[in-house]
Amino acid sequence: MRELDVTQAANVTQYLTFQLGSEEYGIEILRVQEIKGHTPITPIPNAPPFIKGVMNLRGAVVPVLSLRETFGMPAIEYGKFSVIIVTAIHDKVVGLLVDAVSEVIDLAVADIDLAPELGARVDTSMVRGMGRADDKFIILLAIDRVLSGVDRAAEVSLTNGAEKSMHGAAPDSRAARETPGRVGI
Amino acid sequence: MSKTILIVDDSPSMRGMVSATLAGAGFSVIEGANGQEGLDRLQGKKVELIITDLNMPIMDGIQFITKVRAQREHKFTPILMLTTESQDTKKQAAKAAGATGWLTKPFNAQQVLQTIAKVLP
Amino acid sequence: MELDISRFRAAFFEEALENAAVIESSLFELEKAGGDPETLNQIFRAAHSIKGGSGTFGMDELAHFTHGLESVLDRLREGTMPLTPALVGLLFQGCDALKCLLQAARNGEAGDAGTGPLLAELLSAASLTPAERLSAGGAPESPDAPPAGSAAGGRLIYRIRFVPDPKVFERGLDPVLLLRDLASLGDLTRRELDLGSLPGLSDLNAEVCYLGWQLELATDKPERDVRDVFSFVEDTSKIEISVGLEPAPGAAIGAPHTPPEVGASSAEGWPQRADAAAPDPAPAAAALERPAARAKGGATLRVAVDKLDQLVNLVGELVIAQSVISQALEDLSLDSLSRMRDAVIEMERHTRDLQERVLSVRMVPIGSVFSRFQRLVRDLGEACNKRIVLELSGEETELDKGIIEQIVDPITHLIRNAIDHGLEPPEERSRCGKPEVGRLLLTAFHQGGNVVIEVSDDGRGINWQRVREKGVAQGLLQPDEIATEERLQELLFAPGFSTAAAVTDISGRGVGMDVVRRNVDALSGALTLSSELGKGTRVRIRLPLTLAIVDGLTLRIGDRAFVLPLLSVLESFRPVPEQLKTILGSGEVVRVRGEPIVLVRLYQVLGVVPEHVDPCQALVVIVEAAGSKLGFLVDEIVGQAQVVVKSLETNYRKVDGIMGATILGDGKVGLILDVEGVARKSAYDRPRTLDPGGPEQRWPGASGARGLNPAVGHAGA
Repeated sequence: MRELDVTQAANVTQYLTFQLGSEEYGIEILRVQEIKGHTPITPIPNAPPFIKGVMNLRGAVVPVLSLRETFGMPAIEYGKFSVIIVTAIHDKVVGLLVDAVSEVIDLAVADIDLAPELGARVDTSMVRGMGRADDKFIILLAIDRVLSGVDRAAEVSLTNGAEKSMHGAAPDSRAARETPGRVGI
Repeated sequence: MSKTILIVDDSPSMRGMVSATLAGAGFSVIEGANGQEGLDRLQGKKVELIITDLNMPIMDGIQFITKVRAQREHKFTPILMLTTESQDTKKQAAKAAGATGWLTKPFNAQQVLQTIAKVLP
Repeated sequence: MELDISRFRAAFFEEALENAAVIESSLFELEKAGGDPETLNQIFRAAHSIKGGSGTFGMDELAHFTHGLESVLDRLREGTMPLTPALVGLLFQGCDALKCLLQAARNGEAGDAGTGPLLAELLSAASLTPAERLSAGGAPESPDAPPAGSAAGGRLIYRIRFVPDPKVFERGLDPVLLLRDLASLGDLTRRELDLGSLPGLSDLNAEVCYLGWQLELATDKPERDVRDVFSFVEDTSKIEISVGLEPAPGAAIGAPHTPPEVGASSAEGWPQRADAAAPDPAPAAAALERPAARAKGGATLRVAVDKLDQLVNLVGELVIAQSVISQALEDLSLDSLSRMRDAVIEMERHTRDLQERVLSVRMVPIGSVFSRFQRLVRDLGEACNKRIVLELSGEETELDKGIIEQIVDPITHLIRNAIDHGLEPPEERSRCGKPEVGRLLLTAFHQGGNVVIEVSDDGRGINWQRVREKGVAQGLLQPDEIATEERLQELLFAPGFSTAAAVTDISGRGVGMDVVRRNVDALSGALTLSSELGKGTRVRIRLPLTLAIVDGLTLRIGDRAFVLPLLSVLESFRPVPEQLKTILGSGEVVRVRGEPIVLVRLYQVLGVVPEHVDPCQALVVIVEAAGSKLGFLVDEIVGQAQVVVKSLETNYRKVDGIMGATILGDGKVGLILDVEGVARKSAYDRPRTLDPGGPEQRWPGASGARGLNPAVGHAGA
């Protein structure tokens, strides 16, 4: 798996940033297929609650994952301001439901810090690192790990018939500011 | 203006072969896969010649010939039947229904054209 | 004019093979139901079609052979020949020979592929007279000897009196054209119009022919050619031909001789072929040039006409939508923008639909493959003296054409196994209290986004004890090892493993289960086995669906829409309280015409909030799943639709109870229910009942242990 795509000699990668709650997150733009506004979603029976259902993407049936709920944040109403980031990972197309999309930014390797110790609550395997741009901290997600984690959780939840969310809490940039580290990824 | 010929046969390869032969000789061709289709294709048109098989599903050749002859436009149109029957009964029935002549299968392109020349002015 | 008809050859072979298949399946009908005239006609027409085409394309052996078949069929049609089992057997052989000849011809091989003796048998069966046999067997007629004297260099003079039938016009013939034809043979030296029959003008009927002719033709063509000109009218018109020699300069005029009566044509009619130039060399040459390619069915595909019609309609819709857009672009007003938006949405929908349907053209019903197994079972059964009947189910289940071709071999293997090892000979079956005729069941159905093909028999079943012994003997198992049935099943798939007492000719050594499994794996499928000693064996092949179109019933539960495959639906109704009962404290049933059917509250299984909880305010849809009936509780039946099945596993995962998804008319995703999956899920979730009885299994003679019997409460295999 390629960790970083070299777009310029200066090792810069483009990220799409978006919001969940008060935090800013980012995923590599290359993983992003498109951005959709509010689209009707058909719920799937007995699916874990962070899987909102499936939507119609030009004829393809694509599951929609609520990143909020994946990270254990409370759900908000799905309405006309909701945004779905359609990502393509390992031949699967998945929609990620987020609060809002911000912008596309360039981050050089130098601008990315190691994922900090955020405590036992959070699964740091999903976080690739902390990006810094204009005094903002952006939590860079390893989206494929998010998805495989979801997969496992979905399987567990279906077999048990129980409903659980996947992880305790969302990765949080505040903790990051307290423990700076520096490593290229 | 070219003359129009209707070919009716339930075998697409037979139709194709006859069509191609006729088209190559400058005729305009319309096709039907059985008697009913043949009648449908004739709706509102006048053709100069009809070639029809006798054994077909839905509506066979003899019924088809009878109905064609009942049409004013085609009362005197030459109708050739395609037959391999060694027995005469079907052929006689077709003639009684108004068939002009016949082409015995198997036949080749040349024979098609020769026989047509016999009945088309 | 050279015409290249070789491109029609390929089409002819496709058709001919189809016709041969029609002949074979009709022969099965004949065997079962006797000499039904329509079936006989069907066979006759199919043979007739092959004969016609084969002659046209210069395949003489094929044409002769088919003529032989036709002769027999004709006798049968007329009723002048009895339909005996021996005759049917002969016809089956004839059909095989036909297919051989077709393949040989297709590969450009000349010769009769050894079908001569069979043809002779067919002809003698039809008891043709020697003359008919000759014309059927096809020694070409020898041309008439030309009248003596024409060799002397002078031409012949034919004197012809021709009085057409007064009704000749009504047959579309213009006598003048005949004269033109005659003139092309030589020199029409005399043309005398006979107006003797012409009435007065006031009595003249323009549609009647009153004319006659006296003609003289000088030509060196034989008399046959001259008669040929009148072939279409000879039976109703007066034609008198006398022939003499053209007076050579100085020679005496030879006495004209009158030919025999102009009468009825002989059995084969005028041999139209004889005077034509050498038959069109193109077909023969093409046959030689064609490389001996074995068309493995990859090149062409026969498509159901209505699939194509739907495609055509869709393209039409697209064209309309596109023109709306270009029109709107012209005006570019606010109003036109919204029209454009709507048209774009329409286009999106139609293009998507078009894409689906074009892909679905590759989907063909599995019945096309199933039918060939009838023959296999029949022949194998005869060969090993067992009485076996093959039952087919689910022939309309559609599969991608490519997959279908590859599944034939595995299924053939399984059938051979079942017949060879599984099903017992009649005596043994009677001894066991089974009916003498063994049942072999070949089924196909959609389930959970897959296609399932099952080969089941009600034979001996697998003796797991013996498998165990064999496994130990072959060193695959430790003597004291406790092997589970799964483990023993794995042994069966080991190459070379066979518990058959004798290796028979039919399925050979080791039986090839490892090969079967490998083939199934190659198709990304799964093979499972279940068996009960003394009762039978069921082998199940599960293959992923690439695409399917399913007829569905759209229904509503709460505010959610679902689709139920129509194939599974039996009926629907609103129950009355008297029909509802609860058994043993936990199982709900609804009585339909006396039969208790388990009630499944779909909203519970699917986790949906329903509009009605009381069945008497809702609807019960009776479905069939793996041989059992269930009643699904829904709020409303919205309608029927043909839906394209999209797999959920593509981007998500398999979901229990859901076979796939589809895009509904309003653009939303609709979930298609997997009836068996729902049944399993509801049984699993439901507390177990003590009622051991239950609805019939689909598998012939199986026990409830492995089946889908909700009342027993087991999850299915």
